[in-house]
Amino acid sequence: MPTLYEELEKDVRYREGLKACFNCGVCTAICPAAEVSDYDPRRILNIVQEKNDTALEELLKGDEIWRCGECLSCKTRCPRGNTPCYVIQALRGVSIETGFFIESEQGRKQLAIKRTVGDHILKYGYCVYIDEVDLEMYPEQGPVWDWMRENRGSILQRLNTSYNKDQAGTLRKTSKKSLDDLKKIFDETGGTQRFEKIEQYSSVKAKELDKDFKEGKDEYFRYLYNK
Amino acid sequence: MISGKNNIWAAYQKEIADDHYYFARSCIRQNIFPAAENLYLNILKDVLGKDIFDDIKQTTCTGIAYHSGLIPMETIMTVVARQFALMNEAGYENFVVSCVTSFGIYVEMLETWKHFPETEQKTREALKRATGMTFSIPKNLVHASDVIYKFRKEIAARSKYRLVNTNTGEPLKVVDHIGCHYAKIFPSHGIGGAEYPYVLAGLIDELGGQQVDYPERRHCCGFGFRQYLLKSNRGYSVSNSKKKFDSMLAFKPDLIIANCPGCTFFLDRWQYVIAEQEGITYGDNGYGIPVLTYEEIAGLLLGYDPWDIGLQTHQVSVEPLLEKLGIRYNPDQKYKGFNGEDIGNPEHPQVLKCI
Repeated sequence: MPTLYEELEKDVRYREGLKACFNCGVCTAICPAAEVSDYDPRRILNIVQEKNDTALEELLKGDEIWRCGECLSCKTRCPRGNTPCYVIQALRGVSIETGFFIESEQGRKQLAIKRTVGDHILKYGYCVYIDEVDLEMYPEQGPVWDWMRENRGSILQRLNTSYNKDQAGTLRKTSKKSLDDLKKIFDETGGTQRFEKIEQYSSVKAKELDKDFKEGKDEYFRYLYNK
Repeated sequence: MISGKNNIWAAYQKEIADDHYYFARSCIRQNIFPAAENLYLNILKDVLGKDIFDDIKQTTCTGIAYHSGLIPMETIMTVVARQFALMNEAGYENFVVSCVTSFGIYVEMLETWKHFPETEQKTREALKRATGMTFSIPKNLVHASDVIYKFRKEIAARSKYRLVNTNTGEPLKVVDHIGCHYAKIFPSHGIGGAEYPYVLAGLIDELGGQQVDYPERRHCCGFGFRQYLLKSNRGYSVSNSKKKFDSMLAFKPDLIIANCPGCTFFLDRWQYVIAEQEGITYGDNGYGIPVLTYEEIAGLLLGYDPWDIGLQTHQVSVEPLLEKLGIRYNPDQKYKGFNGEDIGNPEHPQVLKCI
């Protein structure tokens, strides 16, 4: 069975992202996430670089790797050509594959993202779709959005979009053939398996936390999404 | 022969194809500012006389899922490969990306294939097995704002208005916000690189405005992908936008323009949230600072009607900007539906002044 480091090394983002870190801390200084949360990319790169399997497992089970916002400002600034964000991406992948993600509050929220953005991709062909964005889930969208969404049939026609139509243009309906292509790509490249793993591991955690776990916006989803 | 400082500056330029583009749409832009991409296509076709193809077969690049830690790299790589295959099928070689996240994704995949050739081979095999498709790498790949930058002089020449306050004759003070993934990941793929991004500043200069150089000019808008997508994590997003607003406030900007769909959205909507939660507004007299995309400002100056190009879908009212620009508009048409249908008006926020 491969060690955690061997799993990490399979990811080209890890190989590209960490060459030799000398712990200057510029990545943490520039990082928008470090400014507003308990997140320190310098510390994470140091742990990974030390190749201590126990410390790595702790990282994969913790909140910290999920706090990065993936703005990639760290890539521009690192004087040694490292990309802490790429290392984070690789760590997140291993955390899901091993099931460690459910051990942290932030990690287990991946289920809520899978059930929104993830499911939208395969249902609509878009990461985001107007029909799914309401004020209850996205209150910051504000009254203009609410007005537009409630009247979308009329407004989107006025703005000359192709909303829900089988033709080229803005917000067009994605054809069954294109959606089938996406699904087959997900099946072929591990995307479907990744989604299944998120659901399976999450069902175990939901039971442990005594939350109702079914599908869509169930009790466990709402718990993760809101709290 | 280029020499001296011009030689240094040449390293910050990039090749932008002159015509015949394949257009890759943006998930966020289509939903949040649903007239923006049509306006972009109309400017290219009708104003600049260019050929740009809008493909019914394309899908999301899956970039938001990728940057939220949701899908494997192999998956997004193969979705990207399918988009390139569609471009090939349509007979195009120049790929124009509407979204900054997507632009970063496409460049990242091309760079990965360059540095790890085995990943390109695996992607080709996966795409073939999944869809039967094959692909060629685009001859030219740019962001949509790059094309507007390239033709900024032509746009300025055809414009009916300038970025000038018609009441005072002074240039409007314009904040440019460049999406992080435009050049921070791969500086050589952005005009001006990550240090001196000029893709929007060049447009401001050409259209007669004055750039605002404020301390947090290059700070992230705060999207943060999974940080925004979860209601519980959104404090990250609004905090970062607030940091920018607080920093630009002293310079009294008349307008913010952005080249990233997410940034445009956050800089517009978080002004509403900050006003309602904190009682702080950043524009004149209780209004917000209008936030427009690059083609929206180009469209306005070219003479498009503000309500035909969807400016009523912004939460921050644009009328104070229209007044400064001297653009005449019909306030009664703002909130009409298709064929002038009366569909009511949006509710007014309690603090942020809106029209």
